[in-house]
Amino acid sequence: MKARDLTELAGRNLREALLRNSLTTLGIAVGVASLVAMLSLGVGLQQLASKRLSRSGLFDAVFVSSRVNRGFGRPSRPDSTAGSAKALDPEARQKIAGLQDVVEVYPEIRFPTEIQFEGKPFPTTVAGIPSSAKTDGAFEGMKGAFFSGLDVDEAILQIEFAKDLSTQPDSLIGKELKLRYAERQPLPPEPSAAKTKAGTRGSSSQAEQGDLSPGFSIVPHEKTFRIVGIVETEPATGFGGFGRGRLLIPLQVAESLRIAQANDLREILRGTASKPSYDSLTVRVKGPSQVKSVEDAIQGMGFTTFSLLDATKSLRQVFAVFDLLLGIFGSLALAVASLGIINTLVMAILERRREIGILKALGAADRDIRRLFFAEAGVMGLVGGILGVALGWFIGSALTFGTNVYLRRQELPPIDLSSIPWWMVAGAIGFSIAVSLAAGIYPASRAAKLNPVEALRYE
Amino acid sequence: MTETIDGSAIRTEQVSRSYQMGDALVRAVDDVSIAIRSKEFVALLGSSGSGKSTLLNLMAGLDRPSSGAIFAHGRNLAEMSSEDLAQHRNHTVGMVFQAFNLLPRMTLEENVELPLRLAEVERADRAGRVREAVERVRLAARLTHRPSELSGGEQQRAALARALVNRPTILLADEPTGNLDSATGDAILHLLQEINESLGMTIVMVTHDRDRAARFAHRILTMADGKLISDGMQS
Repeated sequence: MKARDLTELAGRNLREALLRNSLTTLGIAVGVASLVAMLSLGVGLQQLASKRLSRSGLFDAVFVSSRVNRGFGRPSRPDSTAGSAKALDPEARQKIAGLQDVVEVYPEIRFPTEIQFEGKPFPTTVAGIPSSAKTDGAFEGMKGAFFSGLDVDEAILQIEFAKDLSTQPDSLIGKELKLRYAERQPLPPEPSAAKTKAGTRGSSSQAEQGDLSPGFSIVPHEKTFRIVGIVETEPATGFGGFGRGRLLIPLQVAESLRIAQANDLREILRGTASKPSYDSLTVRVKGPSQVKSVEDAIQGMGFTTFSLLDATKSLRQVFAVFDLLLGIFGSLALAVASLGIINTLVMAILERRREIGILKALGAADRDIRRLFFAEAGVMGLVGGILGVALGWFIGSALTFGTNVYLRRQELPPIDLSSIPWWMVAGAIGFSIAVSLAAGIYPASRAAKLNPVEALRYE
Repeated sequence: MTETIDGSAIRTEQVSRSYQMGDALVRAVDDVSIAIRSKEFVALLGSSGSGKSTLLNLMAGLDRPSSGAIFAHGRNLAEMSSEDLAQHRNHTVGMVFQAFNLLPRMTLEENVELPLRLAEVERADRAGRVREAVERVRLAARLTHRPSELSGGEQQRAALARALVNRPTILLADEPTGNLDSATGDAILHLLQEINESLGMTIVMVTHDRDRAARFAHRILTMADGKLISDGMQS
């Protein structure tokens, strides 16, 4: 029998016992829905975590430090030779920026200071934000706008800090604040006077050794910034950047301020104060897959690097296992539904025994009868699969809605808890049909084996 | 091919069909050898349990013999695969039953079309074939009716149209008048006679009505206890 005739007959048979077949199909739909809801939750949570992590800017970044420091607060090795280590200076920054797949290289600029707003002082921490931060999602949903340029005197406030400034944070946008900071100014090279003007230099005993470069003076400065936006989260800008600044300014502006930072004192002792160098640099690469090659290249240049690539790998593994477990639990309902299909089709064989006999008498081969029952199981699987995906989407949406109601009450931003990508829709419907066909194997082969003479005798 | 070298459309050679019922072996058909010529109208006569319906089912390829051979147009049904037997039922023979065996949820047209679907006849050709078969049994006005909306005689005529639609060479009728009143039964037998004469179709009809068999069939084969006890030609 041709496929079209087979499908027509199967559809007709299914319509005959409409209630029973609808209930069986509904059983499949519930099974598929539970599978889809579970998987969509897993995928949604994975996407949420990935999104949040990518917003942190940590997974497409390489953090570079000089081998002098051995990086990130760890003590120096006993055998480390500070003198032979390469300095992480503007020249090195430029070289790194020239590497393939590197998007940008920037230092971490973050300093505690004070601002004046409407005549009142407010202590805060200022951070320089690179221009790439605009597109990495950290500022998604912010109030106001991102910086209009690279070197504009504009500021974005972190919401908690904005609340400190005003009870109506939104009203701050467009207003001005005054940033007070300590600027580092180099001293003119005066070797003879160096020993006596030790106010901001190393101790006189060290100075007497005559191998130290001139120090610098610290001069208080003020600069006015216009508030252009308010952001909910605290965007990270570097490895040390978990929980960043509360007042954000363009990185280029922050660099131009020549702020005195904590490592400046160490540079005086090392005699490198006259030549600016960085504690660490953040290298942003095109994507996580390029992190490894860039990291290797930078290590080859003689610097210490660190990335969180391994952390993403284990995160993906955790989510893969999580999805698998959710999928197994979801499939249990579908397994129960498949028993319903077997039951329905076995019942159909008993009821349609005579019909099977007639079909065989008219020339239906065993294969035709088997395919007819398969087609009926397949149609139930298809319809159940489509309904199940719709139901699963509805459950996922309801969960997202409920969660967002709760989050809104907690004054937290809404999230997409579940996600149903196209591969899941196709996969769920395909799986539903496959399970239904598998459930139809026994009834179909039983129907095909019916003895036509006995079947025709059946009343 | 309509007949073999010896001129028979269907031929059985020492055919037996036995069933195991508990400890007893029941011989429903016992060593029957007959040859039915092409275009012949044969009545298989016998009382209930004589084995006539079992023999008819063996000829139809609905059942397989325990021993012996059945040739339809020279091909031995006993040696055919179940797939080939299905082809035999679909193309070579048409069957009508005492209980009509129409599918109740289908219209007359759909019931008659069913063998064409199984034979994978093109859709475009089906309507014409169905109409031809239905007109032959004079039921064209009832195409859209379901079996429950037809009288007994009409249902049997519909079953006859369904048996004819694939243009078989042999028509096997199992008590075709068993559920009909006398007049309607006669009308059906007249129709069978007409089909036999006009189409030259070989007809084997199972009946227990000796008078009707004598009136319509060319030849009467009588069975009792699974054996063929007489083979008489009608004048």
